[in-house]
Amino acid sequence: MNRESETHESNEGFRSHLILNRIKVRLHTVLSETGQAFTLFFQTLVQIFRPPLQFDLLVKQLLLIGVNSLAVVMVSGFFTGMVLGVQGYIQLKPYAVEGSVARFVCVSIVKELGPMITAFVLAGRIGASITAELSTMKVTEQIDALEVMGTNPVKYLVVPRFLACTIMLPTLTIFSTFAGIGGGFTAVVTLFDVNGSFFLLEAQKNLYVGSVLISLIKATSFGMAIAAVGCYKGFSISTAGGAEGVGTATTGSAVISLITILILDFVLNHILFNILGLV
Amino acid sequence: MISVKNVSKSFGSKKVLDGLDLEVPRGETVVIMGRSGTGKSVLLKLIAGLIPFDSGEIWFDDTEISTLKTKEMNSLRQKIGMLFQSAALFDSMTVAENVAFMLNQHTNYTKQEMLKIVDEKLELVDLEGVQNLRPAELSGGMRKRVGLARALAFNPDVILYDEPTTGLDPVTCTEINQLISDLHERLQVTSIVVTHDMHSAFSVGTLMVMIHEGRQLAHGTPDEIINIDDPILQQFVLFGAPDQILKMENPILKAYIGR
Repeated sequence: MNRESETHESNEGFRSHLILNRIKVRLHTVLSETGQAFTLFFQTLVQIFRPPLQFDLLVKQLLLIGVNSLAVVMVSGFFTGMVLGVQGYIQLKPYAVEGSVARFVCVSIVKELGPMITAFVLAGRIGASITAELSTMKVTEQIDALEVMGTNPVKYLVVPRFLACTIMLPTLTIFSTFAGIGGGFTAVVTLFDVNGSFFLLEAQKNLYVGSVLISLIKATSFGMAIAAVGCYKGFSISTAGGAEGVGTATTGSAVISLITILILDFVLNHILFNILGLV
Repeated sequence: MISVKNVSKSFGSKKVLDGLDLEVPRGETVVIMGRSGTGKSVLLKLIAGLIPFDSGEIWFDDTEISTLKTKEMNSLRQKIGMLFQSAALFDSMTVAENVAFMLNQHTNYTKQEMLKIVDEKLELVDLEGVQNLRPAELSGGMRKRVGLARALAFNPDVILYDEPTTGLDPVTCTEINQLISDLHERLQVTSIVVTHDMHSAFSVGTLMVMIHEGRQLAHGTPDEIINIDDPILQQFVLFGAPDQILKMENPILKAYIGR
């Protein structure tokens, strides 16, 4: 009986030791990867200011990231606005304040959903594609080839993508915000018989420069995060990773980007609204 | 020209190179042989400065490469051309853009001047009329040739070949071997060829080095190599050496063939 309970205890001890060890290894990996991602981020910032800036590469990325994403961003924004309009009207009507639906739609779209929806679309579309492209280049030794030819891969590959994401996310956010307000307007005016001029007047009254500034600050930060995660995940794959490694890195990139955007959104909300007191 | 002195390199707990020494004299084609996983490709990447080594020294003429800053290393790399195992051509560029990449990055040549150099280099590797094709449209042998043309574009002092004949059919292998030998004769360039293909090794090498368990096991001219009485070396050589070597009346080879 004693021996049985001793064996049971030692098994329990071994199991908890194993779990602790796994947590330790996982934590070590997460911390080390975060450190490497930040190192790449700072290397990128340094390389941005080192001449020459290759404008042709930047323009190519601006077109890829911006122009090619415009339609999907606007459609996403439009339907998000429509959903907000419908939900807002239904929720506000019982309290007889359905007139505030314009304010509800505009404030939500400008301060929160415009940058967020744009960032989500770009994280899935562009972040993942950056990772897939760079990790394929890594696996096929193209990044080694760049280095052997005396070209800095961070300067040549990361800087144009980082700058393009940072510039294009706020730009696309402006379009998705307009589309979102347009969606809200269309839904409310066509489905609930709200006066269109009243909606626009209310929307105009409740939009402040500060709100637009908040939207652009958020969008710029999300753009940086998407590019940084996408490039880091692409670079971090080992040459021996093969096709499976490329797939894993690409999925990982999209997931990490989405989580990073949510965390960043909370941090920015806290800083901008609570600490800086913007409205 | 290149001296590798007592170099060690580990990946985690796995020691790949363990105090390796290697001398590459100017103008020679040194073939590095060894079984898979003995660190041959790692050695090339160390020489090209792509990965750092744990201890030892690698000298490029009078320069020890581990002391160089990034900018200095990039300048040194302009003297090195490398043909990768997979050719490592940039998928998003045409053949001409691939070959002109270094010229575009490091010189102020006009487009016309660059295109002229591209044509010259492609002619050197017996490829013409492929300037506007993408790497995906080329065969394995053609990709290697374009990779070689790209490596030659900046007139390097040293060319590093990482398994140049891997994955190619026997006819293309022979063509690539012939091309490496021709380039050596025409350009008098120093070459390091990593391979475990003995046909290729004996076809192109003026000097041969055998690596085993992270160290140099043997070195010498092809004639000297087949006269070294070492079971590991001779087992390796006999498994793939060309017929003209195997048919030689060499007592050491005869003894090992008999085993």
